[in-house]
Amino acid sequence: MSDGVAPIVPGTAAPVTVPARMPTDWQTASRQTRIRRRYAAEARFRLMGLFAVVMSAGFLAILLFTMISNGIGGFAQTRIALPIDFPRAGLTLDQARLKGPGADLALAGAGLPEATQAAAIVAYGPDGDKLLSDGAWLRVRDQVKANPALLRGRATLWVPAADTIDIAAKHDGAPADEAIVAKLKAMGALSTGFNAFFLTASDSTDPTMAGIWGALKGSIFTMVVTLLIAFPVGVLSALYLEEYATRNRFTDLIEVSINNLAAVPSIIFGLLGLAVFLNTFHLPRSAALVGGLTLALMTMPVIVIASRNAIKAVPPSIRDAALGVGASPIQVVFHHVLPLALPGILTGTIIGMARALGETAPLLMIGMRAFISAPPDRLSDPATVLPVQIFLWSDQVNRGFVEKTSAAIIVLLVFLLAMNGVAIYLRNKFETRW
Amino acid sequence: MNASKISARNVNVFYGQKQAISDVSLDFDSDVVTALIGPSGCGKSTFLRTLNRMNDTIANARVEGRIALDGEDIYAAEMDVVQLRARVGMVFQKPNPFPKSIFENVAYGPRIHGLASGSAQLADIVERSLKRAGLWDEVKDRLSDSGTALSGGQQQRLCIARAIAVDPEVILMDEPCSALDPIATARIEELIHELKGRYAIVIVTHNMQQAARVSQRTAFFHLGSLVEYGTTSDIFTNPRQERTKDYITGRYG
Repeated sequence: MSDGVAPIVPGTAAPVTVPARMPTDWQTASRQTRIRRRYAAEARFRLMGLFAVVMSAGFLAILLFTMISNGIGGFAQTRIALPIDFPRAGLTLDQARLKGPGADLALAGAGLPEATQAAAIVAYGPDGDKLLSDGAWLRVRDQVKANPALLRGRATLWVPAADTIDIAAKHDGAPADEAIVAKLKAMGALSTGFNAFFLTASDSTDPTMAGIWGALKGSIFTMVVTLLIAFPVGVLSALYLEEYATRNRFTDLIEVSINNLAAVPSIIFGLLGLAVFLNTFHLPRSAALVGGLTLALMTMPVIVIASRNAIKAVPPSIRDAALGVGASPIQVVFHHVLPLALPGILTGTIIGMARALGETAPLLMIGMRAFISAPPDRLSDPATVLPVQIFLWSDQVNRGFVEKTSAAIIVLLVFLLAMNGVAIYLRNKFETRW
Repeated sequence: MNASKISARNVNVFYGQKQAISDVSLDFDSDVVTALIGPSGCGKSTFLRTLNRMNDTIANARVEGRIALDGEDIYAAEMDVVQLRARVGMVFQKPNPFPKSIFENVAYGPRIHGLASGSAQLADIVERSLKRAGLWDEVKDRLSDSGTALSGGQQQRLCIARAIAVDPEVILMDEPCSALDPIATARIEELIHELKGRYAIVIVTHNMQQAARVSQRTAFFHLGSLVEYGTTSDIFTNPRQERTKDYITGRYG
C-alpha cells in the first residue's frame, strides 16, 4: 500500500492518507442529475444550431422573395398599339438606303421620330405623344427595317409605353395615369411583353429605355482582368512562399503584410488605384481595365492566403515520394503539389472573385460611376459594373427605376451563382480521392 | 571485391545547433544488404537521408564530411541532385503512393527522366518493375485503379516498384515495414532477398530480427555515432562492443 500514501508536505500537520481505490457510484442522485444535465446541454446546443441554420435560410428566403417580387416587373414591358399611316407621315426617305449599315441613320434623318409622335397625337389626342416612351420610335425603326413593305401603307405597331404609363399599368402609378391606363385597356391598346430591351440596352435617363447589358458587360470585362491578374500572381506568390522561400524575418514580414492586406477596407484600394493607375500611369478613367486592376489588388491577398493553406495541406510524404524518384522541385510543384492543392485554391479564388464582383466603393474612386449609355467594346472603354449600376439606379428619383434596381440585383445574383457554379464544377473535377 | 558503392567519411549532420550525427564513416557495397540498427533518435534515419541528399529539404540541416557514390562526392557543387536521386532510390517508412493510378505511380519516374521512348516501352518498364516488386499478379488487371486503393503492404510494394522503375544503383529503405502487418512484412523481406543481387540496399530498421533476417552487414548506431559495423552474423552472435551487446540482447532500446 505504499502507493496510496500521499507525499508529506513540509509544514502541514498530519499527512492525509488516500485510500488506494474508491469506486464511483454512478447511481447516486447527484450523479444522475449530472447525467441529465449533460443530455440537456447536448439537446440545447443542437437546438441552437438548428435555430441558427433555419434563421440564415430564412433571411436568404426573404432576400430572394423580396428581390424577385420587386424585380420581376423590370423584365416586363408595357406596350401601346400605335397606328401609323406611313405614306402620309411625310417621311423623306431614299428606299435604297434601307439596306445596309446606313439604314438607322437614314430613318432617323427622314423624320421618323417626329412621325411617330405625330401618329400618337392623331391616335390618342393632343397629349398622345406623352404616352410613348422616348425610345418608341426606335421600335418603329426596327420594325420598318425588318419589313420595308410597311412603308407603303397603314400599320399598327406595338411600341413601348412611357414610364408613367408603365408604372400605372403595374398598379403603382399616379391616379391620373391609372385612369389613362384603364381607358387604353378598354380600347385594347395596351399589352405586356418581355422586356428584351432590359437585357440588351445600357443605362438611360428614361427607365423604359434603361438596360443592364452595358453594366453586365463591364462586370464581365472587369472580372476577366481581375482573374487574369490576381489568380496567377496570387497562386505563384503562395507557391513561392510555401515551397521555395526560406523562413526568415523577411518572409515573416511578407506574410504579415499579406494577411493585413486582406483586411484592408476596399475603398482604400480604390484610392490606391486612383493614385497609381490613373495619376501615375495615366490609364483611362472609368475603364474596366483599371477597375479590374484595382479589384485584383484587393482579391490577390485572399487568393494567396487560401492557396497557402491548400498547399500546406498537401502531405509532405507526397513531396518526399516525388523527390525520392528524382523529380526536380518544379516537377514536384506542378505534378503533385499544385494538382492536389487546386480544389482549395479554387475555393479561395471564388470567394475572392465573388467579393470583387459585388464591390462598389473602390470602383467609385476610379470613376466607374459615370453615366455610360453604350456598352464597352474594349477594356479601355468607359464602363460601369453591376453593383455600381444598382447603386446609381437606387439613387434615381424616377419611380420607374425602382423595379429596374431590383431587376439588376437579380441579374447580379444570377451572374454570381453562375460564377460559383463554374467554380464548384471545376473543384469537383480536380478533387482527388485518396 | 570492387571499391565500395557508397563510401561515407567523417560525416557530421547538424539540425541548427544540435548535432544529430557525429563522425560516421561507413562503406556500402553493391550486391549487399546493409542494415542500420539502433534505438529511436540515434540518427540512423538521418544518416540514411544524407545518402541521397533528402536532408536538403529540411531547412536548417547541415552536412559535413564526404559521401561518395562510385568515387564522386555527392555534396560537390557540380553534383546534380535530381540525377543522384534517380541513381539512389528511396522507400519511405509510411507507404506513400501518389494519388494516381497504379500504372502512373510506376511510370512517373521513367517518364520524368525520359527513360522510355514511346508508350509500349513505358508499359514494358512498368510491367517489369511491378513483376520485380512481386505485385504484378495482384494488380495486372487493374492498373488504372488508384494506387491509394491498395492495401498497406501492396502500397509499399508499389513504392518499391516505383523506386526500381528508374533503375537505381542503390535503394535506401527507411523502416519500410514499420507500418505493415507481419504477413506484409514477410512479403517485403522476401522481396529484399530477391532484389539483393541487383542493387546495393541500405535498410533502416527497428526490428533486430528483421535486420538479422535480411542483411549481410549491420551497423549499430547509438546517440548519433556509429558504435559497431560488421557482418550481420558477427554483430548478432559476437558483438565486440558492450553497448551493441546490451542493445541486441534487449537491455535497452
